[in-house]
Amino acid sequence: MRIIILIVFFLYNCSVDDNKISKVDEYSKKGILLLGNGTEPSGIDPHIVTGVPEHKILLALLEGLVIFNPQDNGVLPGVASNWEISEDGLEYTFTFNKNARWTNGDNVLPSDFEYSWKRILSSELGAQYADMLYVIKNAENYHKGKINNFSEVGVSSTGNKLKVVLENPTPYFLNILTHYATWPVHPDTVEKHGGMLSRSNQWTKKENFVGNGPFVLESWEINKSLKVKRNELYWGNSKNKINGIEFIPIDNELTQDRLFRSGGIHLANTVPTEKIKGYRENRPDVLFEHNYFGTYYYRINTTKYPLNNISFRKALSLSIDRELLIKSILKGNQIASYSFTPPNPQGYDPKTQLEFNPKKAKLLLDNSGYDTESPPIELLYNTSEGHQKIAQAIQEMWKKYLGLNIVLTNVDWKVYLSRETQGEYDISRAGWIGDYPDPFTFLDMMVTDRGNNKTGWSSKEYDKFLKLASAKINNDSRYKLYEQAEKILIEELPIIPIYTYTRTYLLSQKVKNWQKNILDTNPYQFLSLE
Amino acid sequence: MIHAAPGGPFDAERVASPEILDKLNEAYDLDKPLYVQITKYLVSAAQGDFGPSFKYPGRSVAELIMSGLPTTIELAFYSILFAIFLGVSSGLLASLYPGKLLDVIPMSISLLGICIPSIILGPVLVLIFGIWYEILPVYGWGDNPGDKILPTITLGTAYAAIFARLTRGGMLEVLGQDFIRTARAKGLTEIRIVLVHALRAGILPVISFLGPAIAGLLAGSFVVETIFQINGVGRFYIQAAFNRDYTMILGTSILFTFMTLTFVLLSDILASFLNPTLRDSGGLE
Repeated sequence: MRIIILIVFFLYNCSVDDNKISKVDEYSKKGILLLGNGTEPSGIDPHIVTGVPEHKILLALLEGLVIFNPQDNGVLPGVASNWEISEDGLEYTFTFNKNARWTNGDNVLPSDFEYSWKRILSSELGAQYADMLYVIKNAENYHKGKINNFSEVGVSSTGNKLKVVLENPTPYFLNILTHYATWPVHPDTVEKHGGMLSRSNQWTKKENFVGNGPFVLESWEINKSLKVKRNELYWGNSKNKINGIEFIPIDNELTQDRLFRSGGIHLANTVPTEKIKGYRENRPDVLFEHNYFGTYYYRINTTKYPLNNISFRKALSLSIDRELLIKSILKGNQIASYSFTPPNPQGYDPKTQLEFNPKKAKLLLDNSGYDTESPPIELLYNTSEGHQKIAQAIQEMWKKYLGLNIVLTNVDWKVYLSRETQGEYDISRAGWIGDYPDPFTFLDMMVTDRGNNKTGWSSKEYDKFLKLASAKINNDSRYKLYEQAEKILIEELPIIPIYTYTRTYLLSQKVKNWQKNILDTNPYQFLSLE
Repeated sequence: MIHAAPGGPFDAERVASPEILDKLNEAYDLDKPLYVQITKYLVSAAQGDFGPSFKYPGRSVAELIMSGLPTTIELAFYSILFAIFLGVSSGLLASLYPGKLLDVIPMSISLLGICIPSIILGPVLVLIFGIWYEILPVYGWGDNPGDKILPTITLGTAYAAIFARLTRGGMLEVLGQDFIRTARAKGLTEIRIVLVHALRAGILPVISFLGPAIAGLLAGSFVVETIFQINGVGRFYIQAAFNRDYTMILGTSILFTFMTLTFVLLSDILASFLNPTLRDSGGLE
């Protein structure tokens, strides 16, 4: 009995707080954001990392020439206080903010960007996002070793100006600059801790890190938390209302959900599908759902029979009831996709259609010459309950409307990627999130022989439209060419768009000025805590 | 074996060009024949260098393991203490009243404890103590007062249940033996008979099981570490396999193998120390 009394007394003393003040309440008062951030970041070197959790952290620690504007998906001055664009759209001259500083007190110089872009474009570093800079003159040639002299690449600095010469007029170049791959590193620090080309460089360690963002690295405990605090040297520090951020890696969405509900974090970056309905009904104040610049689609291996037949692929698409799928399976306010590029608030609106018409589908299938005795078609997806539910529903639709036998195969992530890249699949589920708000980030993927094409599909006309578009400085004429390219894509269907992603997450009402935008990016210096 | 599994450490949704993949493979010696890689690795491992992690550039496997190992060991230590305390005491109680309520209740609960996996027990405890009653934190390790209680209970419960059953069985066997009857005939108190004479022999099955139990706790901690968001080494063990982080897989496998063998050996030594029959046989039986 004594032991039981002792345990109860111990538990009582261990209770979170007598007045039930949650961690979120406590940290809100201190001006510290607590963010659930998915998996443990693989690193914080902007030229090496590739993931979303890493992006969220880099957004606090580093700053590029411009900042993403969360209100209109455009850009705001960052390290560059202003810029000039030549009439032909090929030359950008950035004037640097004289107050832009590194956390060690050094000024952020145009030459730092030269160094940084040389670094990411050096093939020895093995940067997977180097192609973000291919719009710069000769950047691709340098990266692929066709030229060895970096001075031939279209980047040069004089005084406090950085001049960038592009391969083609690229109206979305400023948007590209909001991507962390284009952000700078501190040259002396990188050189001191391993050199420009070392992947094992130690400059990102807490004791070595030098950044130029609104926050500075405070501590990093692996699989526990990464903390940043306000950077007093940041040029926009006076407007920053956040004192610090704690990024908590939580890869299990149920754990994250429990943590949010118990007041442990301001933001749970995902919501378990089965709980969305409950939140809609009981806590609509914390549930955020909005469009995301991403498309969920099925990738078709167009080199294999019977998928090499356009009529067969059309039949597949015509027999998918996207609206039903969203209503009954996804339940997350997704939007049915009728084009590869999601609806773009910048004005791009392709007039493509993907109707649901089982009768027409059956007719097309019958006319495609498909041998009904053929082996079943495999539908490949990476292990996930969500992917499985969609695959099962589509399998059922194809069976019901076309009489097709589809075999579902789920494999782990790496096996899935490997099989897709090797072309060892018939149909596979796929998803793509745009890197910047322009249709090119989607349409470029399907150009002949692009690494991310993976379908074996090629169209000279499609490639031609994209090439023609790259020469246009005017968005309207560029978008018209993109629309024509998109039309070819939807006509030939090497991919079958299913739905446009929705971002669904939980956000405490204590976080103010949060903007729902298609890239799901909110620079932290614009937020505040109540 | 992991090299034979489809997919590699650098496969990503955004496909890297063949030139970049070549550079990456070169940077991590993956362009060399497998026997060269293994030889190089073994030489380095013998010197305590388990190589760089493929998933976490700039960090070594040893550094990552060391970042989580103290927490995992601490979690296993508290869990085994909890399991021994709860398991042995309830097993002891049950053995003293065989067939009665004080036997049936703890043994039924222990059966339940064995049956409920930590992946179920953890969230249930979180729901009750963390969300409904809000008396215990639901995540972390050492960050908030009381945050070690639920993970310890979650991880230790199944072993407490096993220990209870082992203690009960061992004690029932011992309590019927001649030397206990002799002790009673000599007029020793029941408490002394049970705690000094009977328990020493009756607890032997528990001691023998301690080694595998500790090894199991360490290796199985990844579930609890994931549920409670604990930064232990167990999470690396699983993540490494999914990420095809070859060096991390080898590093964590070597670590857990070493710990399993060490704890099994230690429990054997302890058992032979407590049980003269094991010691006298000289290991020939």
